[in-house]
Amino acid sequence: MAIRFNVNGTSHEIDSDPETPLLYVLRNELALNGAKFGCGLGQCGSCTVMVDGKAALSCITPILLLEGRAVTTAEGLGTIDNPGPMQRAFIEEQAAQCGYCIPGIMMRAQALLQENPSADEREIRQALDFNLCRCGTHMRILRAIHRAKELMQQASASTEKEAG
Amino acid sequence: MRLRYILLGLGLILVAVCAGFLILAWQPDIERIARPDPAGFDQPLVQRGAQLAAVGNCIACHTVPGGQSFAGGLPLPTPFGTIYSTNITPDEETGIGSWSEEAFIRSMRRGVHRDGRHLYPVFPYDHFTRVSDEDNRALYAYLMTRPPVRATLPENELRFPFNIRVAIAGWKLLYFEEGPFEPDPGQDEAWNRGAYLAEGLGHCGSCHTPRNALGALDADHHYGGGEAEGWTAYAINRESPAPVPWEVDDLAFYLRHGWHQLHGVSRGPMAEVTGNLAGLPDQDIAAIAQYVKSVMGEPGAERRARGEELRAVFAPVDDSQVAAADSQASPETPVQGRGAAIYAAACASCHDGARPQPFGGLPLSLSTAVNAPNPQNIVNVTLFGLPPADGEASSVMPAFGSVLSDEEMVALLEHMRERFTNAPAWSGLPELVRRTRTGENYVRVLPTDGIERSPANVGARD
Repeated sequence: MAIRFNVNGTSHEIDSDPETPLLYVLRNELALNGAKFGCGLGQCGSCTVMVDGKAALSCITPILLLEGRAVTTAEGLGTIDNPGPMQRAFIEEQAAQCGYCIPGIMMRAQALLQENPSADEREIRQALDFNLCRCGTHMRILRAIHRAKELMQQASASTEKEAG
Repeated sequence: MRLRYILLGLGLILVAVCAGFLILAWQPDIERIARPDPAGFDQPLVQRGAQLAAVGNCIACHTVPGGQSFAGGLPLPTPFGTIYSTNITPDEETGIGSWSEEAFIRSMRRGVHRDGRHLYPVFPYDHFTRVSDEDNRALYAYLMTRPPVRATLPENELRFPFNIRVAIAGWKLLYFEEGPFEPDPGQDEAWNRGAYLAEGLGHCGSCHTPRNALGALDADHHYGGGEAEGWTAYAINRESPAPVPWEVDDLAFYLRHGWHQLHGVSRGPMAEVTGNLAGLPDQDIAAIAQYVKSVMGEPGAERRARGEELRAVFAPVDDSQVAAADSQASPETPVQGRGAAIYAAACASCHDGARPQPFGGLPLSLSTAVNAPNPQNIVNVTLFGLPPADGEASSVMPAFGSVLSDEEMVALLEHMRERFTNAPAWSGLPELVRRTRTGENYVRVLPTDGIERSPANVGARD
């Protein structure tokens, strides 16, 4: 029986075995290669996506848990022509070396800032505990997330202004 | 006329009782002193104090994670309201800098503040009363040589009548027994050393012994299991729910390293205990293990047999046992039900992965959490995971709260209980899952090695 869920705003019906990890479906069937395979055990964070706005590790999330739910991947944060604030911030701060961990880190940070738009340094570091970067660009990554926070705050302030 | 005399008489008795109580309750102020010069304390004494403070796990309650060590301010939720831990750095205004050694020893021995106020028993002086003067002097030397931190604390948020300090004197009258540790001459020296540490500064019973309605330890159920910061503290007496009964050596290894191959990793508030015990000499750890094992006693025949079976499977000593275990292994059973499907797809790759502790997933037939009468701990780790420690290698488990609905959590946990234990199904699981997720049941989520509130805490390294 097909499992239906939404990815980056588009609904999908997936016929794969219900035990299939979400990561495989994203990469192999939907050609969304943002989320990466790292350890396959939920310990490195490179496969992080958002499920209903909360960070989730797609390599250990079988699709049988996803009926009716909304998944967001790094591709869902913006486009090449019109990058979202998280993507813009990472570009501005040049926060990637090899970049393998970066989509997972962006999704973890996105989930954090959506829930807590004023997250401080400590809260950001704590949220990122689950995401490993082996190139050592941590300081740039932290700067990028603070920058994303500013960009998001500016965006929401200007939306309020327009609405007001 | 007569009624008036009776009422008057009763009134007078009441006044006399109250007055008597207040006299008993009254404790003198011990004069402030100028902060002693840290250089005046003997270095070996300070070092011994550091070890003792680790046994007492003082830093855990007296430090806000990421904050300065011993500066207090950690909210401690109790059934009577929230109490904030105190600043025990030697700051003269906001800490204990103006406390003499005498005042410090009185607070440990009798639960009284320097200024004569009674202290709430969330400060476990019901155990600390057993600490020797000699050890108290070492603790005093250690604390008085910490960097002073000026930190004003929030007011306690306690419900009436618990917000009246003098009521604590009544509590003490009912439940508090002052007195030093009395060794048992029928036991050897190591056992007595273990009992002194466990029943005194170690205050194991503060979490592992159940409490009555007024928060006093239930002496009839010593080590019968309790609660700490939203985590179940398992029974560590005859009722221990560990699938493999604890042996002295296993317990010592666990207390020393924070994990054991047949028991898994320590977590929640226990992670801080094992994290702190890292600074203790081996013989003290062994003594605690010997004492606690003696409280646990020998397991019954059935439990022992089950333990031997599990030991043969998961910690085989030779190849013949491996072969026997393999032949006993049940054939692949078809996956049935939603819980089983979730387990197979989300849990099995680690928990049936045969990677050794502490970095592999614990096979759940060894899990005390799954075998325990109260499912709180397995609910906690499944929802919140075990976060990595800051800047150190540690065991981790991913949080599944973001992908598992309450119904899925219940189906999964019921499946684990049925498949991996011989214990009856849990009752009240849906409500417990709901309340834990929403935060109605408060849970403090901590890394497995307790580094958050230990001397190695990156944020609190000062």
